[in-house]
Amino acid sequence: MAYLEDIGSYFLMLKRTFGSFTKRSVLKELIFKEIDDLIIGSLGIVVFISFFVGGVIAIQTALNVDNPIIPKSLIGYATRQSIILEFAPTFMSIIMAGKVGSFITSSIGSMRVTEQIDALEVMGINSLNYLVFPKIVALMFFPFVIALSMFIGITGGLLAGVYGGFTTYTDFTTGLQDSFDSFHLVYAFIKTFVFAFILATVPSWQGYYMKGGALEVGKASTNSFVWTSVLIILFNFIITQLLLS
Amino acid sequence: MITVENIKKRFGDEEILKGISTVFEKGKTNLIIGQSGSGKTVMLKCLLGLFKPEEGLIYYENEAIQNMDDEQQRNLREEIGMLFQGGALFDSMTIEENVMFPLRMFSRQKKSEMLERVNEVLERVNLGGVNKKYPSEISGGMQKRVSIARAIVNKPKYLFCDEPNSGLDPKTATVIDNLIQEITHENDITTVVVTHDMNSVMEIGENIVFLKNGVLVWQGSNKEIFSTDNQDVTDFVYSSDLFKKIRDIQIKEQ
Repeated sequence: MAYLEDIGSYFLMLKRTFGSFTKRSVLKELIFKEIDDLIIGSLGIVVFISFFVGGVIAIQTALNVDNPIIPKSLIGYATRQSIILEFAPTFMSIIMAGKVGSFITSSIGSMRVTEQIDALEVMGINSLNYLVFPKIVALMFFPFVIALSMFIGITGGLLAGVYGGFTTYTDFTTGLQDSFDSFHLVYAFIKTFVFAFILATVPSWQGYYMKGGALEVGKASTNSFVWTSVLIILFNFIITQLLLS
Repeated sequence: MITVENIKKRFGDEEILKGISTVFEKGKTNLIIGQSGSGKTVMLKCLLGLFKPEEGLIYYENEAIQNMDDEQQRNLREEIGMLFQGGALFDSMTIEENVMFPLRMFSRQKKSEMLERVNEVLERVNLGGVNKKYPSEISGGMQKRVSIARAIVNKPKYLFCDEPNSGLDPKTATVIDNLIQEITHENDITTVVVTHDMNSVMEIGENIVFLKNGVLVWQGSNKEIFSTDNQDVTDFVYSSDLFKKIRDIQIKEQ
């Protein structure tokens, strides 16, 4: 029953988020600030993780392909498929649930605890539109982060494969181009948009409706990470079933 | 003027406000006092429209807040200033941005005009020169004064204060009390202060509403509160040793 209430309040939150808009000039500033906090601020960790995970995928593939019949170009092919289909869109989103999601929950939760949300409401401002809408718009730029993750991941794989002596540049790039299906990119970016919406709204809901003090802000951040990850995994399965099977 | 007619508010099975009727007068500092758990803050949140009472009506001038549509409620809220217990300043903004916030949201003034008004109200609360600081960089008393500045920057008709003195030393508390009263008289606004601080009652209590267990048990001024024979009020007033001693001295002198 409590879960049904939570689902109901989540959808009511979404309804209010898209109603009674904040003054346009203020909203524009808020959106730019959120893009800076949530997107630009995440680029460093995304580049770091993508580069090294791409490298690890290439090395592990190479170490498991010791049959001489299997061409070395498979390393590039496997790296590309792993990164485009799963690592960049799904696992990078889960990593972002930890970074961006916790940030959203704790910042909104702290505002709840210190009555800043009440202050907005008393002033006649739709606090959900003011706080959540700019985050949703900012995270619609999340696919750019994922595109960067794909590029850096494959580059990491290429460098690790070639300079680690596991494959040649020619073999790796041949594998990258082998049987390329552009719909896989479409699928990856559709997933990314859905995950971005989850990343913006679920942590916001956790923060906005939390009750209590500083300790509860910490608990809400943890819950936020758990539920955002669960929903990303669940929707990953549903979207994959719908688009690829 | 705010008129409250028989408001009742419950949370689950517990009735917090049990049919309160009163009038908060214009140009006066109206105080809601009572022990913790008496329903003061719930009443304040009902007045602000943050809680919806199950029964009863709250009139701002002659218009009941419950009968207003969303647009009317938004317009009303632009006429309300609120001082929260903890200040509720936006910690990602500087003092200047905090005070300017209501102007940016609701006025069409140029930035230079807004800045002029911000400096004017900051001077009014004796806080010049802190414009570029963040709330975390100033003291609790200063935060309260910034919060007052933010509450009055839009020239509100109604000012609400929730425990304005909590966490402040007696001297700073008196400064805040006097500031609230001066602003009320200068601008001829309706001010409602929730407090359980007897010093505030003595200093600024022009119209006092005393709540006990969600019921209004007494109403009067700070001059009348020390002479009332209402047992609940005297128990509350003389629960402080200081006031007990003052009373004993007065009795001895008589």
